[in-house]
Amino acid sequence: MVDSLIKVRGLTIGATVYPANEKPKDIEIVHGIDFDVAHGKVLGLIGESGAGKSTVGLSTMAYGRGGVRITGGEIWVNGRDILHTPIKDIRNLRGNEVTYVSQSAAASFNPAKPIMEQVIEASVHHGKYSKADAEDRATDLFNQLGLPDPETIGKRYPHQVSGGQLQRCMTALALCPGPDLVIFDEPTTALDVTTQIDVLAAIKRAIKETGVAALYITHDLAVVAQVSDDIMVLKMGDMIEYGSTNQIINTPREDYTRALVSVRSIQHSEQSPEGDAVLTCTNITARYRGTKFDVLHDVSVELFSGQTLAVVGESGSGKSTLARVITGLLPPRDGTIMFDGRKLSADLASRTREDVRELQMIYQMADVAMNPRQTVNTIIGRPLEFYFGLRGAKKRDRVLELLDEIEMGKDYIDRYPAELSGGQKQRVCIARALAAKPKLIICDEVTSALDPLVADGILKLLLNLQKIENVAYLFITHDLATVKAIADSIAVMYQGRVKRYGSKSKVLTPPFDDYTDLLLSSVPKMQLGWLENVLAHRKMESAGN
Amino acid sequence: MMVIRIPFVTLFGLFFTALFFLVAIFAPLIAPYSYDEVVSNGFWEPATSEFLLGTDGIGRDLLSRMIYGLRTTIWIATLATLLSFTTGSVLGFLAAVMGGWVDQALSRFVDLMMSIPSLIFALVILSITPITITILIVVMGLLDATRVYRLARAVAVDINVMDYVEAAKLRGERNGWIVFREILPNALSPLVAEMGLRFIFAILFISTLSFLGLGIQPPQADLGGLVKENAEGLTYGIGAALYPAMTIAVLAISVNLVADWVLSRTSSLKGGRG
Repeated sequence: MVDSLIKVRGLTIGATVYPANEKPKDIEIVHGIDFDVAHGKVLGLIGESGAGKSTVGLSTMAYGRGGVRITGGEIWVNGRDILHTPIKDIRNLRGNEVTYVSQSAAASFNPAKPIMEQVIEASVHHGKYSKADAEDRATDLFNQLGLPDPETIGKRYPHQVSGGQLQRCMTALALCPGPDLVIFDEPTTALDVTTQIDVLAAIKRAIKETGVAALYITHDLAVVAQVSDDIMVLKMGDMIEYGSTNQIINTPREDYTRALVSVRSIQHSEQSPEGDAVLTCTNITARYRGTKFDVLHDVSVELFSGQTLAVVGESGSGKSTLARVITGLLPPRDGTIMFDGRKLSADLASRTREDVRELQMIYQMADVAMNPRQTVNTIIGRPLEFYFGLRGAKKRDRVLELLDEIEMGKDYIDRYPAELSGGQKQRVCIARALAAKPKLIICDEVTSALDPLVADGILKLLLNLQKIENVAYLFITHDLATVKAIADSIAVMYQGRVKRYGSKSKVLTPPFDDYTDLLLSSVPKMQLGWLENVLAHRKMESAGN
Repeated sequence: MMVIRIPFVTLFGLFFTALFFLVAIFAPLIAPYSYDEVVSNGFWEPATSEFLLGTDGIGRDLLSRMIYGLRTTIWIATLATLLSFTTGSVLGFLAAVMGGWVDQALSRFVDLMMSIPSLIFALVILSITPITITILIVVMGLLDATRVYRLARAVAVDINVMDYVEAAKLRGERNGWIVFREILPNALSPLVAEMGLRFIFAILFISTLSFLGLGIQPPQADLGGLVKENAEGLTYGIGAALYPAMTIAVLAISVNLVADWVLSRTSSLKGGRG
């Protein structure tokens, strides 16, 4: 009892769901979970979306998000059963003994107040420190977390620091009252890969130096492997496996954990560029209307039919802008686009229907890429009707064929997007693109909103379809694991320029330029001690720092 | 099986809305007399078994005039609302989808129209044109369309940036498809709720115009006109003007209750079907 800071036994959590046209009903979303966290130890909670990670994490503050409530079990914090404690004591626990770091720091900070005021708020409120002491403490923490100008950064407003810095400010906020436990809820998920590594390192160092215990919630096993002592794998509210980090990573017992560990198992042998180029961009320079600086400088890339060109880079590097230029949504200021041997007009409105048909696009958020008021039949059927004049039974038959190609059953044809899972939605979007019989599909971060296992399925599907339909992909992503899995050639973009370009083997073979090195080395690997190793060998700092 | 629980106030609203519409539709069957027939030698007679609400200032049956008046008011308000919605929402959607100078021209024109109080504007137009039902409907419909335009454009601007609209544009779809197939179904909920409210304003507006003498011309009856005709009686302690006035109030409140309910149902968090 004494050495265990958090002791959870038989925790069950319930929620009320409101199915369409039915009476609301209560369901159980977490089914009897046990775990312990000792002082100064870090427990990683890992699982896909809907696994109950955040719900379990927040329950250690006796808190349930909208409509969620703790229905059974025991939660002991510092020897107190917090489920049977008066609300006054719970308030004293929250933001004091147990604190919380959320995924989006930008959404969590009050934009109207300077950072320092918010960082020290809880400490002063709980009477732990005087204002001056709390400010000193916050400055020390800023220093520890490697923030620039620790003396003055607190005077800035949240919009005056970068995303990665703000996430570290939030960590300082959580650590300032000197809590016993910090809940980190996907603290690096919204960050670029090169920024993530800095924040991860800062969090790890801060945990070590302050001796605080932590619950680290993430869907990325490689990330959690770097910071936690123990890992608990959750799936649909059930505990699948619970053990030391070493054991989970190196000798997982359960099939589900093994699947998580071995994710991105796709093997795709690179094809050498041959045949005709389906897309040739030459010296593209572009800027947005009403702005005075170029977001793309002199970009030249080439893509061969039936192959995949991956465009990688951090957010703001110009990847999506390149897609907008190719699709004609943003006419370039300079440069030409050749498509299948003919010159594409710069502006979408002046392109022929054939040009438009042969160049399709798949979006990152399948949710908003489909009209919520149209059924799958209409969504996939519209290009068939629009480009090929198919109607009625013929159209429906072709839609069923396409559903079969994307490995979905016939029953889905009359469903609405809201009645599909995330992965299924993305599959329908793929079918919609395929329906036009395109020569090139632009895939804009198509897997980044999906859980790893689901994303894996989508990538496999895309590769299969490529073999069958001989379609070329321009694959925009920030995820290098995806790139390694599926690309034939790679363009690394940085600040609107192509930094490195060539076949996959060429781009991924040293010697690297500094940026490519940073990017490649920042991808978390599923091995212990990777973080320290990388930080020791880095040549340049990330742009977000 | 759909399980819809309708709150009591909504039932109240639904009941009266339905009642008023049925009366308006079947007016010639229900009304005991014609609207312009002088049925009695007396004036402002009290209610009897023969004249359920008594007679008006020149001896016509008040109940019959109210039934026909309700029919005229609802008819004009419905057509004016439909006109304002078609014009306002189609133009609003187009402005949002096309942007650029189309949007600028339409929006600034609407700003200009809205800067003039609509009652004054209507009075000016109606005082220089012949007053017919068609002109009344057109004037009311177009004046109200400016408000619908603003709402429709605001809703459509949000929808226009969704990826599915971009996907439709990349497919090469024309503006017609984008407006009617991509945007309209998703903008319907706020528009339908707004429609109820605009309908009430149309009723109040036509009643006001008639009360001021620039709406429906006698001997035709409408609710506002009936208030005006019988207002004189109030001086002598005769309440004939109160019946049409109360009808306006009950009609406005009932439709409002229904519109509120529609709004709360359609804006709640739900899946695709709804």
